[in-house]
Amino acid sequence: MYNKTITELAQGLRSGEFSSVELTAAFLDRIKQHSGLNAYISVTEDLALQQAKAADARLANGDAELLTGIPIAQKDIFCTEGVKTTCGSLMLDNFIAPYNATVVEKFNHAGAVMLGKLNMDEFAMGSSNETSYYGAVKNPWNTNTVPGGSSGGTAAAVAARLAVCATGTDTGGSIRQPAALCGITGLKPTYGRVSRYGMIAYASSLDQGGPMTRSAEDAAIMLQTMAGFDDKDSTSVDTPVPDYSAGLNNRLDGLKIGLPKEFFGEGLNSEVAATLETAIDEYRKLGATVTEISMPTLKLAIPAYYVIAPAECSANLSRFDGVRFGYRCENPADLSDLYTRSRGEGFGKEVKRRILMGTYALSAGYYDAYYIKAQKIRRLISEDFKKALSEVDVIMGPVTPSTAFGIGEKIGNPIEMYLSDIYTIAINLAGVPAMSIPAGFAQGLPVGLQIIGNYFAEDRLLNIAHQYQQVTDWHQQAPAGF
Amino acid sequence: MNSQWETVIGLEIHAQLATQSKIFSGASTAYGAEPNTQACAVDLGLPGVLPVLNEEAVHMAVIFGMAIEAHIAPYSVFARKNYFYPDLPKGYQISQMELPIVGVGHLDIDVDGVTKRIGITRAHLEEDAGKSLHANFHGLTGIDLNRAGTPLLEIVSEPDMRSAKEAVAYMRKLHELVRYLGICDGNMQEGSFRCDANVSVRPKGQKEFGIRAEIKNINSFKFVEKAINHEIERQIELIESGGTVVQETRLYDADKDETRSMRSKEEANDYRYFPDPDLLPVLIDEVFKAQIKAQLPELPQAKKQRFKADYNLDDESATILTSSRQLADYFETVVKESGSEARICANWITGDLLAALNKADLDISGSPVSHERLAGLLKRISDDTISGKIGKQVFEELWQGTATADEIIEAKGLKQITDTGAIEAIIDKIIADNPGQVEQYRSGKDKVFGFFVGQVMKEMQGKANPGEVNKMLKDKLK
Repeated sequence: MYNKTITELAQGLRSGEFSSVELTAAFLDRIKQHSGLNAYISVTEDLALQQAKAADARLANGDAELLTGIPIAQKDIFCTEGVKTTCGSLMLDNFIAPYNATVVEKFNHAGAVMLGKLNMDEFAMGSSNETSYYGAVKNPWNTNTVPGGSSGGTAAAVAARLAVCATGTDTGGSIRQPAALCGITGLKPTYGRVSRYGMIAYASSLDQGGPMTRSAEDAAIMLQTMAGFDDKDSTSVDTPVPDYSAGLNNRLDGLKIGLPKEFFGEGLNSEVAATLETAIDEYRKLGATVTEISMPTLKLAIPAYYVIAPAECSANLSRFDGVRFGYRCENPADLSDLYTRSRGEGFGKEVKRRILMGTYALSAGYYDAYYIKAQKIRRLISEDFKKALSEVDVIMGPVTPSTAFGIGEKIGNPIEMYLSDIYTIAINLAGVPAMSIPAGFAQGLPVGLQIIGNYFAEDRLLNIAHQYQQVTDWHQQAPAGF
Repeated sequence: MNSQWETVIGLEIHAQLATQSKIFSGASTAYGAEPNTQACAVDLGLPGVLPVLNEEAVHMAVIFGMAIEAHIAPYSVFARKNYFYPDLPKGYQISQMELPIVGVGHLDIDVDGVTKRIGITRAHLEEDAGKSLHANFHGLTGIDLNRAGTPLLEIVSEPDMRSAKEAVAYMRKLHELVRYLGICDGNMQEGSFRCDANVSVRPKGQKEFGIRAEIKNINSFKFVEKAINHEIERQIELIESGGTVVQETRLYDADKDETRSMRSKEEANDYRYFPDPDLLPVLIDEVFKAQIKAQLPELPQAKKQRFKADYNLDDESATILTSSRQLADYFETVVKESGSEARICANWITGDLLAALNKADLDISGSPVSHERLAGLLKRISDDTISGKIGKQVFEELWQGTATADEIIEAKGLKQITDTGAIEAIIDKIIADNPGQVEQYRSGKDKVFGFFVGQVMKEMQGKANPGEVNKMLKDKLK
C-alpha cells in the first residue's frame, strides 16, 4: 500500500480495496513505528482520521477528486488553522495558526488527508535539517546522515513512506537538495506559480512552495492542486495553470539538453558526476541531444544569495518580537529587554547569524556595496538563464556536490554548509522552475539529477522527468527497512 | 522677532486617505472601534500573511499629485522601513523611499495679500502604525492595532516657508485641498491630518541652511504656529548665547507650550530601507492618468477666481465660500434655486448662516438650514414679499424648525405690505402725530428722516416695503 502512486491509491479507494480511514490509519502506524527518523514535528492523528472519514463520504457520494482521501503531510512552514505551526523554531513552539495557508486550503478543498506537520530547518534556514529546534531528521537511507534541508522532514517522510507525498518550500534549494539526498522527486516551481500566502516567509523574493513525491507522475498531480493565482499574494502570477499530467507521456525526441560546464567542474564528487553521466546517457537514448553550455555568472550565485536572502529575512523575522504571539522571555524588565531576550532566546544560532548578516548588508553605508550589487548580480544571473534557455530546452546538472553527509559533519562550518547549495541557488535567483529526480546511487546513497526549465515550463519538466522514470527504477527504490 | 535672522521651514504632512479599507488588507478604516476589532491577520503581522495593495489608495495619491501639478511616477516602489516598536506589528513599516508615487509639485499660498509658491518635494504612500496606550494598564502598555495599516499620504514640502504664518497658511491650504479632493476627511482631532515641521534659522543673507530641528506631533493649526515660533526663538537664543543648534527630533508639548528633545541624530534609527519583495512596483500609465484627470474636481484656486468673475464677489467672500467644496456647492445651489443676486446670497451665507453655524459648532454639511430652505427665503426677499429685516426673523425660524420660508411667512403674517393706500394712511398719521420732528426735518435736519421711517415700520410691524416707505415719506415731508 505504501509503495503505490497517488493514481493507484485513488483507484484502490474507489474500488473499495481500502478506505481512506484504513489507509490513513496505516500511515499513522508507520509514522509511530518510524518516529526515530524525527520526520514529523506534529502528528495530527485525530484531524487526519476525521478528514479521512469525510473523504470516505465524498468517495461514496461520487464527488471525490484525485487527492480525496490521500494521506499527505505539510512542511511545518505552512500555517494550518487550529494546528501548531512552528517553522522548526522555539519562537513558534506555542503558535497555533488561526488561519490556513492558501496551499493548505487547496489540499483541504481537494479532500486530501493531512497526517501532520513535517520537520524542517529553523525558519527554512539550513541544508541539513540540523538547525531545527525539534532536532535533526535522519536520512532513511543511512540514519547517520542528514536528509538535507530545509525540507528535510518532508524528504525523509516521503522516502520512508510516512506520507504518500508532502509539501516542501525552496528558497535556495530546500526542495531539491533534500529530495536528492533522500532519493525522491522534488519540484521547485517558477517563482509566483504557487501562492506564498500562509507560508512563513524566509526570503520573500525567493521562497516558493512545491511538491515532494516519489515520482514525477505524483508531482504533476500535487502541483495541479498547489498552483494558481492567489489574490492574497501580490507576487503570485495570474497565468493559466496547464494540465500537468496531460503531457507526461510526450516523447523526448529532439529535446535539447544543455550542460553548463560550470556545474561539472571542481567540487563535484566524481562518483556523483559519473552517476549523472549515466543518467544523461539515458536521455540520449530517449532521443535528446546534449550540448555543453557556459553560464559564467553561476559562480556569483552564492555570494549574491547570502546578501539578498539574509537581507529579506532580517525584515521578515522582525515580527517575532515577543509582543503579539510566539515566544516571550520570562519577566522582561523593559521593552528593550523584552525584544532582546525574546529574540535572543527564541531564535537559534543559524537564524540569528542570517538576521545579523542581513541587517549588516542593509545598513547605511553598506547598502550599495552589498544589497544593490547583489541585485545587479541577480539580474545578470537571470539573463544568463534566459539566454541559455533560448538555446536549449532544459539545463541539466547535479543537485548537490556529494551524497548525504554525516549528521554533525558540517553544522560547525557554515560556509561549507552553504556550499552544499551551490548548484541550486542560482535557480531561485533567476526564478525559473527546476526539479530533482533520483538518478542512481553513489557510495550507496541516492544521487539527484537536476532539470532546469524556462519560466512556467513545469509541464515540460514533469514530462522530461516522467520519461526518465519510465525507463529507470531509481525512483521506486525504497531504503532498507522501509 | 530679531530681524538679523531668517527662518526656514519645511513641513511633512501625513494625510490619512479616506479609503474604506486599509492600504494592504481588507479591514475597515473606521475610527473609534473597540481596540483590536478592526485588525485582521494581515494587520496583526501574523506569520505567513502578505500585503495586497488597495487600488483606491493609489487612485487618491494620483488625484493629489495632479492637483498640485506634480510629476506622477510611472513606476513607484514600496519599501520596508525597519524599526522595532510594539505598535508596529511587522517590525517594519511599508512606505516608499527612493521611488515615491508623486514627485515634484507645488501649492500657492496667500499671506498678507501676497501669493507665494511653496514647492512640494514628493508625496508617498505608506501604512500607519497602531497605537500604544499607557493609561489604565497599571504600568504596562496596551496596544491597539485598529489604526495599523491605515493608508497615509506623506506630503513633504520644500524648505520654502520663512515664517510660522506661512507654514500655517500652507498647512491650511493643503488641508483645504485634500478635503476638496475628497481624499482625506481632514479631521485633526482624530489624527487624520498631522504635521511635523523642520525648522532652522540662518543669518539674513546667508545661503546655506542652518541646522534644523524636526518638531513632531503638532496636530492643530494653532499649535503649528506656536510650536514653530517657540522653536525659532529657542534656536535664535541658543545661537546668540554662543551655542549651536543640534540636529534632533523635538516633541511639542501643547500644555507647556514648548518643544523638548526626543532624540538626537546620533540616536536616530538606521531604517535600512529596501524594496518590499512582497509587493510589485506600482505602474501608472497615461490611460490611468487621463481617467483620473477627467474625474478631478475644480480646485479651490480656480473656483475662487470663477466665483469672483461669474458672481461678482469680493475677494474675501470668494475666499470664504471656496474654503470647502461643500460650502461652495451650497452657495452655488442657493444662487441657482433662489434666482437671487449672487452677492445677496453670499452675504446671507457668509453672514447669518456661518455665524449661526460657528456658534453651534457645525459645518455646512450639518447645517439645519438646507440650501432649499435658504433659497426659499432669499427668493421671497428678492421678490419683495418680505424685507431683508423680516428675512432675519424668518431665518431664525428656519434655523429653529423645519418649516419652509413660505410657511413661516404665511403662518406669521409677515408678508410685506406694498399697498400704497395702507402705507399712505400710516404716514399721514405719523406726520400728524409728530409736528416737532416734521419742523426739524423741514428746517434741514435730514437725520430726522430715519425717525419717520422707523416709526412707520414700527407701526406696520416691519412689513412695509422699505423702498415704498422712503419714496412716499420724502414726498409727504417736502
